Amino acid sequence: MGTIQPRVAEPAGDELALVHAAKAGDISAFEQLVRRYDRNVFRIAQHITQNREDAEDVVQDAFLKAYQNLANFQEQSKFYTWLVRIAVNEALMRLRRRRPERMVSLDEDIKTEEDSMPREVADWAPNPEQLYSQGELKDILGKTIQGLPPSFRTVFVLRDVEGLSTEETADALDLSIPAVKSRLLRARLQLRERLSKYFKNRTGGDGKK
Amino acid sequence: MTCSDFLKELTDYLDDSMDAQTRAELEDHLQWCHNCYVVCNTTKMTIEIYRDSHLYELPDDLRGRLRTAIMSKCKGHDGSCT
Repeated sequence: MGTIQPRVAEPAGDELALVHAAKAGDISAFEQLVRRYDRNVFRIAQHITQNREDAEDVVQDAFLKAYQNLANFQEQSKFYTWLVRIAVNEALMRLRRRRPERMVSLDEDIKTEEDSMPREVADWAPNPEQLYSQGELKDILGKTIQGLPPSFRTVFVLRDVEGLSTEETADALDLSIPAVKSRLLRARLQLRERLSKYFKNRTGGDGKK
Repeated sequence: MTCSDFLKELTDYLDDSMDAQTRAELEDHLQWCHNCYVVCNTTKMTIEIYRDSHLYELPDDLRGRLRTAIMSKCKGHDGSCT
């Protein structure tokens, strides 16, 4: 069985030059960095906050904060990882404001045996995309990830949607590598379990190899 | 190897971040354990479907508005970066 191929390419070689130019006051260089990463920041923000308005605010605030604090960027990590760290903090802050009754923290580590134990073991139809229209599919995926604890969906979106490495994810979220791996495993398994209700093979047969 | 052992290694297996011997043991388990095979396959599909879904894409018009707002705030910021 094949492994997952990361989709995010290495940053373009000119990234550091743009950062240096922006640090020196070249605002058009910073605008190029905005163009390069605004889609990613929006996607991350929307995944975490699950609210369009909040996601728009996060994009603006994260880039403004990055601009204001560029001098403090020590270049020990990629600019993008540093930006993601800012965006995640902004997104979690918005989420806490909207849900003050619930403690929202990246340290949240809900441990139950059953959340990782697969119950649904029917194979999926060969191509779930053929079962639903694109709109229906997005609706299912959105509703499904919304049900995950924020700490799980944050790790999932950084690792599996945005393609950050485990080390970069740990760095961006200020978590240990084992903590990232543990949350990622449970996020993946919980999503799989929930999606199985929609995608399991209904065409008959026992699905055995 | 038990199914529980397999599950613990699933993330490293899918990310291809393990030594060859552990990988061979997991693949041996997959040969005969139908449930783990299905869980592994559908977990991989879960990751791929989210990665390829274009969920929460930033529409062009909103993208333009956000960029204008960001750059206007940056220009309004006192001087360049501090």
